[in-house]
Amino acid sequence: MTEGGEGRAAFRHRTAEIAVAGLFLALGALVVYDSVRLGMTWGADGPRPGYFPFYVGMIICVSAAINIVRAVLLRAEAEKTFVQVGQLKMVLTVLVPSVLYVALVGWIGIYVSSILFIGFFMRWLGKYAWWKVAVVSVATMVVFFLIFEVWFKVPLPKGFVEAWLRLN
Amino acid sequence: MDEIQSLIHGFGVAMSTKNLLLMFTGIVLGVIIGVLPGLGGANGVAILLPLTFGMAQQPGGATSAIILLSCIYWGALFGGAITSILFNIPGEPWSVATTFDGYPLAQQGRAGSALTAAFTSSFVGAFVAVVVITFLSPVVARFALEFGPPEFFAVYLLTFCAFVGTSKEPPFKTLAAMMLGFALAAVGTDPVTGTLRLTFGSTHLLTGFDFLVAVIGLFGIGEILLTLEEGLAFKGASARINLKVVLETWKELPRYWMTSIRSSAVGCFMGIVPGGATPASFMSYGVARRFSKNGDKFGTGQIEGVVAPETAAHAAGTAALLPMITLGVPGSPTAAVLLGGLMIWGLQPGPLLFIEQKDFVWGLIASMYLGNIAGLIVVLTCVPLFAAILRVPFSVIAPIIIVVCAIGAYTIHNAIFDVWMMVVFGVLGYLFKKLQYPLAPLVLAIVLGDNAEASFRQAMLGSQGDMSVFFSKPLVGSMTALALLLLFWPLIAYLRGRLRRR
Repeated sequence: MTEGGEGRAAFRHRTAEIAVAGLFLALGALVVYDSVRLGMTWGADGPRPGYFPFYVGMIICVSAAINIVRAVLLRAEAEKTFVQVGQLKMVLTVLVPSVLYVALVGWIGIYVSSILFIGFFMRWLGKYAWWKVAVVSVATMVVFFLIFEVWFKVPLPKGFVEAWLRLN
Repeated sequence: MDEIQSLIHGFGVAMSTKNLLLMFTGIVLGVIIGVLPGLGGANGVAILLPLTFGMAQQPGGATSAIILLSCIYWGALFGGAITSILFNIPGEPWSVATTFDGYPLAQQGRAGSALTAAFTSSFVGAFVAVVVITFLSPVVARFALEFGPPEFFAVYLLTFCAFVGTSKEPPFKTLAAMMLGFALAAVGTDPVTGTLRLTFGSTHLLTGFDFLVAVIGLFGIGEILLTLEEGLAFKGASARINLKVVLETWKELPRYWMTSIRSSAVGCFMGIVPGGATPASFMSYGVARRFSKNGDKFGTGQIEGVVAPETAAHAAGTAALLPMITLGVPGSPTAAVLLGGLMIWGLQPGPLLFIEQKDFVWGLIASMYLGNIAGLIVVLTCVPLFAAILRVPFSVIAPIIIVVCAIGAYTIHNAIFDVWMMVVFGVLGYLFKKLQYPLAPLVLAIVLGDNAEASFRQAMLGSQGDMSVFFSKPLVGSMTALALLLLFWPLIAYLRGRLRRR
């Protein structure tokens, strides 16, 4: 493995294994906790609501614990790279805008935010000319508008721009 | 023969102009979905499911809706082969084995014959599986009419234990992923008493997690993130299929009849027992390599190496619908999504479907025959068109796919919260894929969790809490025993390996 730069490991395999197994352990514990609150025993009219989830949670916890132990013990695995810096950057360049996009959808509706989102990608990652960016992003959303709202009559979230254009 | 008569009746239902049109639409959409990275059978059907809500309310509409959605599934199965052979990118997990010999063939300039072989053997595999469905499913359904809660729970147990026993992933990861699915299914209202569970006071969680959102996130967004790691450029061989290549390949194919039969059998078996299409394709490739005269040449571009996995994957993908319509237990994530559709349209999947909804069931089965013929025609004639889609740069196609996923997640319940959940599931899907946590049992557990729990509790109520009810009768006992055998299979295999090494 070449050290330095984009090929460097951002996370080791073992770190990732332990982190995800830890997440499982926490979720399992949460399930067990709520099941105990609901009653995991046998009630007067059969198993109480927490009965089934209790065992589900227990199995999650036990499996997660075993996975953590396995990750710690596997020495050869620990040397492997889970994700390289360059790869992580790539993933984040999509993930972060996607999160912003979802936030935007809740605020100004899906049409305007999707046009901005597609446009951002084409301009920033694809380095397309502005007119191409505008044509592709707007045309895509017009097609979606026709398919969903007009043809199948499924309403999509809208904001003030659509209200101003009197589309809703 | 009752089945033949019912089938002819089914053809009458499926042959209407509207349904044939939907069939072709579904196939074309499905191939596009199968070709695009990040969209596959399961999440493609999940995204388009809300479009059928309105359609299903008209008389006979549920049949049209299932024809549309199942044809999307067939299309996606066909589409996976295109990307594997031309671009060395398996569009679907079950086409991974197709790349082994398909891509070398394309590099040698024989992409046309590889594609023809793949499509034709897909068709053969699917056809065998549909014949099996036609004659076996009424028998299974009649049999299942006698099932009580213990039997149903044993079927669920068998389904989930089969995942532990047959998957290539580490057993404790399979178990963890599966149980996470059950936990997510438990969120919301308790199906028996109506108590709120695991909601922690959140109003968004009152109705629980919708598995469609999970499917779109895990398979869609997760897949996009994984694809990004590999880089942005797709470099592929060009494909042109003309009649001459097709006919030449067809002349060659009968030579591999034994491989076809073997692969169809493996596929049907793995599809009905919920192993799924992916292990079926690998298993069939391995078996073909062992039995073939040219076994040592596999991996360098053998037509037979394309025939084996494609036949099995399609047979398994199709056969996965058998337990879905007869028992209400889907054999694959996509079958699970179709099952979800059935429930949303107001049909109760299970053995009663064969009595109460004859038009629907036989219309669907007839449409499987027609859909696969339509599929074969569409893919053989339009390959260059579909391959062109993959040449659209990723910086254009990736945001559009994410937008499509977001729309799909939103339209299920008209809730922005679901879109957020989709992103969370996307990140989980990315991590799980990289760390070999299997996604299929997780999705199936979310779908079946409530039913499995309800049948378990009903069985326990009937027996006053006595666990031996699961061994009380020969049928339920043998199913439970088989399930336990599969559950402990990794342990048995491990111990056997140690004993032999000594």
